Amino acid sequence: MSDIQWETVIGLEIHTQLKTKSKLFAGTDTTYGASPNSQVSLLEAAVPGTLPVFNEKVLRYAIRFGLAVGAKVIAKESRFDRKNYFYPDSPKGYQITQLNHPIVEHGLLAIQGDDGKQKKIRINRAHIEEDAGKSVHDKYAEFSGIDLNRCGTPLIEIVSEPDLSSAKEAVAYMKEIHTIVTHLGICDGNMQEGSFRCDANVSIRPKGQQRLGTRTELKNINSFRFVEKAINLEVKRQIKVIESGQKVVQETRLYDADKHETRSMRSKEEANDYRYFPDPDLLPVHIDQAYIDNEKQFIPEFPAAKIQRYVKDLGIKTDDANTIANDKELSLFFDDTVVLLKQAKAISVANILLGEYSALLKAKDTGFESQPIKASQLSGLLDELALGNISHKISKVVLEKLWDSDLTATTIIKQEGLAQVSDSSELEAIVKDLISKNQSQFQEYKEGNMKMFNFFVGQVMKGTKGRANPTQVKSILEKL
Amino acid sequence: MEFKGIKQTAKALANKDISVQELHDMYLQRQKKHAGDLNCFINDTPEIAKNQIQIAQKRINDNHASLLTGIPLVHKDLFCTQDIHTTCGSRMLENFVAPYDATIVKNLSDAGTVTMAKANMDEFAMGSSNENSYFGAVKNAWNHNRVPGGSSGGSAVAVAAGLVPIATGSDTGGSIRQPAALCGVTGIKPTYGRASRYGMVAFASSLDQAGVFARSAQDCAYVLSEMCGFDNKDSTSAQVEKENFSVSLGQSIKGLKVGIIPEWMDSLPESIKLKTEKSIQKLVDLGVELVEIKLPTAHLAVSAYYVIAPAECSSNLSRFDGVRYGHKCDNPKDLNDLYVRSRTEGFGEEVKRRIMVGTWALSAGFYDAYYRKAQKIRRLISEDFATAFEKVDIIAGPVAPEVAFEFNAKKDPVSMYKEDIYTIPSSLAGLPCLSMPIGLVDGLPVGLQLIGNKLQEAKILNVAHQYQQDTTFHKLVAEGYYE
Repeated sequence: MSDIQWETVIGLEIHTQLKTKSKLFAGTDTTYGASPNSQVSLLEAAVPGTLPVFNEKVLRYAIRFGLAVGAKVIAKESRFDRKNYFYPDSPKGYQITQLNHPIVEHGLLAIQGDDGKQKKIRINRAHIEEDAGKSVHDKYAEFSGIDLNRCGTPLIEIVSEPDLSSAKEAVAYMKEIHTIVTHLGICDGNMQEGSFRCDANVSIRPKGQQRLGTRTELKNINSFRFVEKAINLEVKRQIKVIESGQKVVQETRLYDADKHETRSMRSKEEANDYRYFPDPDLLPVHIDQAYIDNEKQFIPEFPAAKIQRYVKDLGIKTDDANTIANDKELSLFFDDTVVLLKQAKAISVANILLGEYSALLKAKDTGFESQPIKASQLSGLLDELALGNISHKISKVVLEKLWDSDLTATTIIKQEGLAQVSDSSELEAIVKDLISKNQSQFQEYKEGNMKMFNFFVGQVMKGTKGRANPTQVKSILEKL
Repeated sequence: MEFKGIKQTAKALANKDISVQELHDMYLQRQKKHAGDLNCFINDTPEIAKNQIQIAQKRINDNHASLLTGIPLVHKDLFCTQDIHTTCGSRMLENFVAPYDATIVKNLSDAGTVTMAKANMDEFAMGSSNENSYFGAVKNAWNHNRVPGGSSGGSAVAVAAGLVPIATGSDTGGSIRQPAALCGVTGIKPTYGRASRYGMVAFASSLDQAGVFARSAQDCAYVLSEMCGFDNKDSTSAQVEKENFSVSLGQSIKGLKVGIIPEWMDSLPESIKLKTEKSIQKLVDLGVELVEIKLPTAHLAVSAYYVIAPAECSSNLSRFDGVRYGHKCDNPKDLNDLYVRSRTEGFGEEVKRRIMVGTWALSAGFYDAYYRKAQKIRRLISEDFATAFEKVDIIAGPVAPEVAFEFNAKKDPVSMYKEDIYTIPSSLAGLPCLSMPIGLVDGLPVGLQLIGNKLQEAKILNVAHQYQQDTTFHKLVAEGYYE
């Protein structure tokens, strides 16, 4: 029995909360973490007579996602449907969603497959819908609490085809989607706060079989690690069920991270009949091609393309290119700085950002988003270094002085007298002065003690507070 | 009480022949005398009235008055009124106090009207006899053993009995026109989208439309002009300029083409048919030209309506779950029990019936057979009207197949649904339509329906106005309500 090779088939539904100021159908604030029920309008409380008014920003965000995954279809007419069910965290008794006219259809996303090769995952659709509120079960002994702050927050639900063959691929896909939505700036990507969460449809079948096995749906998994764990657990469970001669039941299962198990929530028979129908409170939204085209300007270069460009065109090491490209803020700052360079090479930007700059951020316990230095300041600094106007050592000093300052590197160098002394006559005078003060050491150097050569170089650097051009000092000494 | 139009009343107010308080008190006295017996109000609103009287009088004194400033009215009890009960005629909302004003309520308050009461109605606007109110049936002023029609029965009766000069109503499948006809007053439902639905408790969102009752078409025009207008709080609101429907009221209707539907006329009982024909003949005397038209799909309207409206209602009424407001059952043992018992106790029979019908029509496996098909019929009916309006300016026909019937006369819901056979088609097409009194049959009022093309309220109002300039049927008052 256990000779059978099993193949895993996974499809993901990713709920992406959109980073809009206000809710999907009302002007209510969407900020996370406010005190319970402090961000609830009459609409979200489902007060009789209230009506939804569509937040156009959501449409723009959804279109941007469609463009980013090369969707074949971006609906020319966007319609909303009602999904009817009773639950206290959904006060209207229905959720406004898009069943029949999703805004985005047929996208494609490349991930690295299990075989190490690129694998294209088909995105069936992405549709706009409203989030539900939250039920709070652990706060009160006698009853459950309801917090409607999240109620009505805009989401796009991104539904993949069952193209994923392992938990690892599922994670890779999820990460790629995460990268896209965060780089588009349409989602904050915060998984702990539930801004980015997924349901996984998992089934197994004997290797080579065409027909899909019975699937189970794992609900609400909110970390990459849990996605991998939950899917692997579920696959093992399904194999065990089938190999013991039973059948997998189509059902919704919950992953319990604490107990490390999946357990049944409800079977297909218990599933709701959602009685979808077009929402009569909302008219279809007509979208013309010009409107869609206008959103193209907001599609950034994604990390995969960035890495290629960094390595190929800029000569950056692959590892460094990866690190920079995958950090949205960092890569934006990098790109801005590189564009401004006059003399220095892009690689110097990568080196300083991943080196001294990162170290400084860490020391000051802050991040790139704090933007303590402007791109123009950094490029100026690197140009000064490349021109030999300052030494590498002094560049670190200037970097620190640029921190939270409005001055340019050039101004700081000038004001603080940090310019490298490259004037050979000036340097010669310094060297000669040193020799006259250290006759015996000079004698030793003349007799071939190279230690004394370094002594003189060191003394010059010390005397100029590091401003002397060491190469020049050496050549002066050598000539003497 | 002699019928005085709004214009005359406004003049009297402006000339200080009468104060806003005196006008209000005069109606209040009549209400005290008759409203209890007729059961046409659910809650009186004296605090609001007191405040509005002061504001109105000040506006008049300061010469900032509109035509409606100081005019008393009642609102159908499904329009949310801030800090006042809005019950929808239901036990479910018996104690519900809305935290805001509906847009049309606000628009009329802004014009200076004085709100005296919230009018009785069929529960959640579902009914054609006003027998479905949790607060008891409303009596027809013409005969207390008979229904006033529904669902805006309280509003229609209040105007018919002279308890207020104007009243708001709502019309989903005939809920203004049919009670207007049965009570002998003028009532208009504007084009779908003309009046904002914001703050009007929803029954069937794609059909619900606010409107007005008054004695005359002219008064309806004055009130409707203030009520309507684009509202960004309602996504289905028509994006058209605010219109003054009274401007064109003096225009001649000579040569106007009026469509007549022979099938509808032939299906009427003889006595009503005669009245209807007579009123149409009067229009001919005024110079209109009759054109026979056909609405080939209209006979399917009632069936389609009773799929679409209940489907939307089943979803719209889901919010009444006993959790945040409204009726909550005692000692629920769990969430499901809370839902089931609160709704079972809070809703009346007809509401429950429509929720069940709508839920069923939307269920998996039935959707295509019912909801989708009904939508198709709706589209065809709209096309029928569009074709007809290529040939005619307005359409004239019956409002209801009979005069006011006795209480408990229609125990079978389908026979009640057929009350709306002539009003539903234009509702499905979203067209403006009105009912005006054209005389009595067996001592009970009969109405004529005028249907206009989209956004052509002014046209049907003018035809009704011309008719009323030449007739006195709209001034008829039931015995016992003269003084």
